[in-house]
Amino acid sequence: MTQLSLVGVSKIFGNAKVVDTVSITVEPGKVHVLLGENGAGKSTVIKMMSGIYQPDEGHIEIDGKQLVIPNVDAARKLGIAVIHQELNMVPGLSIMENLFLGDLPTKAGFVDRATMKRRARAALERIGLNEDVSTPMNALGVARQQMVEIAKALMQDASILILDEPTASLTRKECDQLFTIMDELKAKGVAMVFISHHLDEIARVGDVVTVLRDGKYVGTIPASSPESELVRMMVGRNIDNQYPRTAGKPGEVMLSVQGLTRHGAINDVSFDVKAGEVVGLAGLVGAGRTEVLRAIFGADTYDSGTIMVDGTVVPKGNIAKTIDAGVGLVPEDRRNQGLIMEASVAENLGLATMIPTSKAGFVDRVGQRRREQDTAKKLNIRMAGIDQRTGSLSGGNQQKIVFGKWSMAHVKVLLLDEPTRGVDVGARVEIYELINRVTAQGGAVVMASSDLPEVLGMSDRVLVMSNGHLSGAMPAAEATQEKVMSLAVSHMREADEPEMESVKESSNE
Amino acid sequence: MSETTKVVEGDKTKDGTFDQVKRFVARNGALLGLVLLCVVLALATPAFLTGPNILNVGIQAATVAILAFGQTFVIVSAGIDLSVGSVAAVSSMLVAYTGASMGLPGWFTILVGLLAGAVFGALSGIANAYLKLPSFIATLAMMSVARGLTLVISDGRPISTSGMVNFFGTTIVGVPVPIVMMLIMGLIAAVILNFTSAGRSMYAVGGNMEASRLSGINVHRTQIMVFLLSGVFAAVAGLVIAGRLHSAQPQAATGYEMDAIASVVIGGASLSGGKGKVSGTFIGAILLAVIRNGLNILNVSSFWQQVVIGLVIAFAVSFDTLRRKEDAH
Repeated sequence: MTQLSLVGVSKIFGNAKVVDTVSITVEPGKVHVLLGENGAGKSTVIKMMSGIYQPDEGHIEIDGKQLVIPNVDAARKLGIAVIHQELNMVPGLSIMENLFLGDLPTKAGFVDRATMKRRARAALERIGLNEDVSTPMNALGVARQQMVEIAKALMQDASILILDEPTASLTRKECDQLFTIMDELKAKGVAMVFISHHLDEIARVGDVVTVLRDGKYVGTIPASSPESELVRMMVGRNIDNQYPRTAGKPGEVMLSVQGLTRHGAINDVSFDVKAGEVVGLAGLVGAGRTEVLRAIFGADTYDSGTIMVDGTVVPKGNIAKTIDAGVGLVPEDRRNQGLIMEASVAENLGLATMIPTSKAGFVDRVGQRRREQDTAKKLNIRMAGIDQRTGSLSGGNQQKIVFGKWSMAHVKVLLLDEPTRGVDVGARVEIYELINRVTAQGGAVVMASSDLPEVLGMSDRVLVMSNGHLSGAMPAAEATQEKVMSLAVSHMREADEPEMESVKESSNE
Repeated sequence: MSETTKVVEGDKTKDGTFDQVKRFVARNGALLGLVLLCVVLALATPAFLTGPNILNVGIQAATVAILAFGQTFVIVSAGIDLSVGSVAAVSSMLVAYTGASMGLPGWFTILVGLLAGAVFGALSGIANAYLKLPSFIATLAMMSVARGLTLVISDGRPISTSGMVNFFGTTIVGVPVPIVMMLIMGLIAAVILNFTSAGRSMYAVGGNMEASRLSGINVHRTQIMVFLLSGVFAAVAGLVIAGRLHSAQPQAATGYEMDAIASVVIGGASLSGGKGKVSGTFIGAILLAVIRNGLNILNVSSFWQQVVIGLVIAFAVSFDTLRRKEDAH
């Protein structure tokens, strides 16, 4: 049983104190939740715990003894293991090969497969994972891969497990499996550090919560504390209204989707969105929400149906023409689809307008730069300047850039796919205010989201998709979680029913 | 290359002059390396810093630099063009063939050569964009096809070129035409990359193809455009080579694609795309030429020269990688 303490540790990069005198004690058989917005210093704290960084001030104690963890190897020997958000596995190799990666059991220089198999089975059994150990890693879902990683850590006698946002890409059901395993590990006396952005998981799995803000220690409270208290500590102020939707009177129909069908994905979907209206698109993962948005935008083609923007039919599968017609898409995967991470803020803001505003093939550099400056200011993007690298900004600010790109293009219809994924609580409200601004200026918004409270809180009307069908529509005022959920499963075949995965998970379809 | 400033969320880091100097050194490594090398060579041998030798370096650099400017378009868009040497050879061979064997006028043969470069380039681009061949494979194939066609057309023998083509090997008011061509092509490349929407699209596509597509940029057209331009630049390089030799050689520019790629990379472009500057490429090409010239003057065997060039590439790129790591911090 090992107890790990950080005593007044600080970490300084350049002139910035990224972590400022933080003290945390992780006790055996307890789950210690580390909570804070992006940039609060959580990952730096983890890196100090696992030997990647050395504290510049303060020290680390294990079982009361002060020591230095010079590197990751030393941390592992002390029984500290980190389960990273991005898994460190070789996808093409089998489970057992991954378990023994870098430490294959050998006999006379040859891999001892019998021993490997036996020990791998025992390791999976320990965490209750029922899989054939020769299954290739990439045949497993993310959740199971994560469990293999945990099994690996335990196999190496880890007594302190650090779980860095393990639930970020898990379905509700998979989360429950993970929590069950965590409960069992707790009973066996393993100490755990748990990081998550989902506040509702904290009470379920945690014992104590330490909140960090801007690198500073805010406090340690029981995990059973109310969510509002946690939010207040994280953000440093009260957030009165999580969903500040200000609906106006809807105007003319801006977007009209008629009989949209793509075989195997979208089945005869029709709906209208009026100027000034936010229409929420709810449904389970794989219900076809993303597919509908992409079809409207021209990112994918479709088999039949008509899409009209402001009364004009838009040709299918033509992004440039769709943008011309006044449609913008904020895609679900900001990093891979929304932004050029290595490019400057300015370049990303101007991406959709660079070609339309150019004259005789030459970019309107002066005009674009002025508009980029204006947009960055208008959207309150927090940065050192518009030449800063986009990848160095927080998730919320990055998302504002994607919004800004379409604001520069003066779109009339904005399609949002998971608009607040990976965005902090505080910045989330700012994104909602941007949505309000779009509708206040007469724009129409379609918002697909797996976050049901968000759909209910920010939409004027809610559409529910189930298995490619539009299974229901209702004013947001009449929508409840129960109603939406029952519509979301209404087109499921019998066999699919047990796969009810609830709505909060990510949709890496 | 976008000017990235090291910033810690919201508040600007204030640096002392030492940090500023350090950053300048890190950002302009290739340029400082070039200056340093020139100083060392100037001190080591009086033969280096003479007018004729400097022009000589310029002429040596010219063909590779022109190929490298074309290559910059491709690398900025996250591709690679292995065919530039062969395309230079085949287009110059077509120029010579249409002139000598078909008796067409000089200006027309030059046009034929440039058009051939564009077509060969565009074919690689189409293979890359529509057949989804990785550019490495598409241009590897084109490298072989173009070289083979050169041999077919020439029957493996050099063909002499017309006076108008040979002009590319002469001088104007004392300045060798290859150097003039290098500067013109560099300028054209810089204008395209910095000021045109086609050029800016190359950075965008190289930085993130999907995000560019979802912002309305025509990714396929951009991909074809970069290879087409690379082909045209290769054809110009082919003209310069033929002009200097007064003939088109079937084995001309063999292996030049490697020097061109090295120049771009030494100049700070990233093979993963989205980054690169014409000025960097220019410095890279000059650096390679100065190293070759210096080693020649110092009587180092050409066998050892290859070893040195290889080490310089490895050093320059690892220096750049380390710098980026520091920047990304």
